[in-house]
Amino acid sequence: MQYLPNILFAIILIVGIGFFVRNIRKIIRNIKLGKDIDRTDNKSERWRNMANIALGQSKMVRRPVSGILHIIVYLGFIIINIEVLEIIIDGLFGTHRVLSFLGGFYSFLIGSFEVLALLVLVSVIIFWIRRMIMRIPRFWNKEMKGFPKNDALYILYFEMVLMSLFLIMNAADIHFQELNAGNPVSQFLAPLFEGMSVTTVHLIERSAWWIHIVGVLIFLNYLYYSKHLHILLAFPNTFYANLETMGKFPNDKNVTKEVKLMMDPNVDPYAAPPEGEEDSVPEKFGASDVTDLNWVQLMNAYTCTECGRCTSVCPANLTGKELSPRNIMMKTRDRLEEVGKNIDKNGKFKDDNKQLLNDYITPEELWACTTCNACVEECPISIDPLSIIMEMRKYLVMEQSAAPQELNMMMTNIENNGAPWQYNQMDRLNWKDEE
Amino acid sequence: MNVPTMAEMMAQGKQPEILFWVGASGSYDDRAKKITRAFVKILHKANVDFAVLGTEESSTGDVAKRAGNEFLFQMQAMMNIEVLNGYEVKTIVTADPHSFNTFKNEYPELGGKYEVYHHTQFIKKLIDDGRLSIDDTVLKDRRVTYHDPCYLGRANGEYESPRDIIRKMGVNLLEMKRNKSTALCCGAGGAQMFKDAEKGDKEINVLRTEDALKTKPQIIATGCPYCNTMMTDGIKATNNEATVEVLDIAELIANSQNL
Ligand code: SF4
Ligand code: SF4
Repeated sequence: MQYLPNILFAIILIVGIGFFVRNIRKIIRNIKLGKDIDRTDNKSERWRNMANIALGQSKMVRRPVSGILHIIVYLGFIIINIEVLEIIIDGLFGTHRVLSFLGGFYSFLIGSFEVLALLVLVSVIIFWIRRMIMRIPRFWNKEMKGFPKNDALYILYFEMVLMSLFLIMNAADIHFQELNAGNPVSQFLAPLFEGMSVTTVHLIERSAWWIHIVGVLIFLNYLYYSKHLHILLAFPNTFYANLETMGKFPNDKNVTKEVKLMMDPNVDPYAAPPEGEEDSVPEKFGASDVTDLNWVQLMNAYTCTECGRCTSVCPANLTGKELSPRNIMMKTRDRLEEVGKNIDKNGKFKDDNKQLLNDYITPEELWACTTCNACVEECPISIDPLSIIMEMRKYLVMEQSAAPQELNMMMTNIENNGAPWQYNQMDRLNWKDEE
Repeated sequence: MNVPTMAEMMAQGKQPEILFWVGASGSYDDRAKKITRAFVKILHKANVDFAVLGTEESSTGDVAKRAGNEFLFQMQAMMNIEVLNGYEVKTIVTADPHSFNTFKNEYPELGGKYEVYHHTQFIKKLIDDGRLSIDDTVLKDRRVTYHDPCYLGRANGEYESPRDIIRKMGVNLLEMKRNKSTALCCGAGGAQMFKDAEKGDKEINVLRTEDALKTKPQIIATGCPYCNTMMTDGIKATNNEATVEVLDIAELIANSQNL
């Protein structure tokens, strides 16, 4: 019976990590539903971006208050997790504070953890105030109802509870407090337990210890369902981000092939395609569903933190249009999740008479975009909502000829007289004599 | 005005220093034509050997691409490239950031490789090379704010050339709260210029004009014919025509140098 806690701990740990691995696999599978795109060039610049933007959070501090608070929570999250290592060893082998043999260094470590825990706690409370009391507008757009709103709050509560438990666990550790080293924060909580029996205090300490580690495992598994996936995906996402100038929109290679054929007088348009290229003609231009997007765009969708920085600078959204770049990412993720569940259930995707276009993202949203790139510039983790908007516009125009009427006229004019307005091309130089 | 075409140049066996790409707006739109002429005056003043394509110029296809019509874009691009390469054009200067962007970033892959300048970059080069001098007394201390065109600024990272030129005119350059990489779009991009706005509670150009008005400017300067239209409309919509002028940087120079 003596080993019961250890066995119990091992089981909880295996189940917790097992589920986590399963979910991660599912995410990778879903991301791979996207089309291929080569983002392996320029490795050194990619590593640098990842180090600066994901690890160094260089784009977060553009908004200094939330940026600095976020860095505290993030550092706290990573560093305090070193303590989880000790907890796991203690849990598995029935030891108690196994690393304490490190002596002064151990006190230093735990002491830093405690300070960080307190800072995280304070930061998270400020985050909560910004959301719920100051009601910063970007947290209250219309897509932030129901789960997306609660998701953000759950995480804040989670952090508050975990940090408190960590401090209580230390405060209620009589032996640890007696050492009076490495307890810069918990020493002020310890008096709360004075006057309680040793058994009670021990019980409190054990409970805090258990709830803390179980909480960590639950948190780990909650990630999959949450915008908090970004703590992992921000890394690959910044690595594989587009490195080109923002103004450069990709040229569709298949279109190039067709246009070249049309313009080359020596080509026989009815000739069979050269060997090996028969399948290279795409079944459609642009994107009407998530599987028409490339895998980086799908990874973008899973990575989005729903912070709404993009939407808060979007000219369309600021003037009351339907379009919200954050919502473009959220809807893409929702649809991808739906497709993933469909595959889980049926073994492979079974047509559900739905698609990203219309069932999730409406043409009205797509046509509100000015392609200004403000959202791309603003995103702290290099997400590109504009690229999805453009793919879907392409589908609307090239597959469905469903552009707004005025745009169809504009394009007809370009075809007929080489300008978006209906002017005679022969008048193109009239300006020079008009003053 | 004396504006030679590439065809005329070729007939004389000459190759100009630059091709001035006028663009559809600069060719046909009454307001934008003034910008075109102002820029030509600057080219004359600096003795730049230039030519235009004239009736051989056609849409770059940029607006078709942003509207989602990749096919029409590439058709236009390939046709233009054939003409440009036929004339062995090396350097293109344009006053339209959208043409600038597509030439610079999207044409090379399709076989059109040129040295591309936005007219503000080219003017700055003329000044730096000592080919154009700026009198800083005419507009002295005038309150000027500069609106960054998305396709020059964010899209291509060019924030400083236009500002450098403006400062050289001795004016009081005022920054809007949203400027450079955080500048707000005027509302014309992404083919919006050619369609009605989607349903909303405000026009984007009015919002941007309000940004500008907060600096209490006498002049709103910009470097894009579409931004110019949008801001001019915004000034009208907010009843400020009497006190605020919207001018392209080329016009600012032409005015201040009595060209
Ligand atoms: S590119 Fe489109 S979606 Fe992004 S901020 Fe500009 S208008 Fe909004
Ligand atoms: S796309 Fe980027 S900026 Fe927009 S909500 Fe997601 S994480 Fe935030």
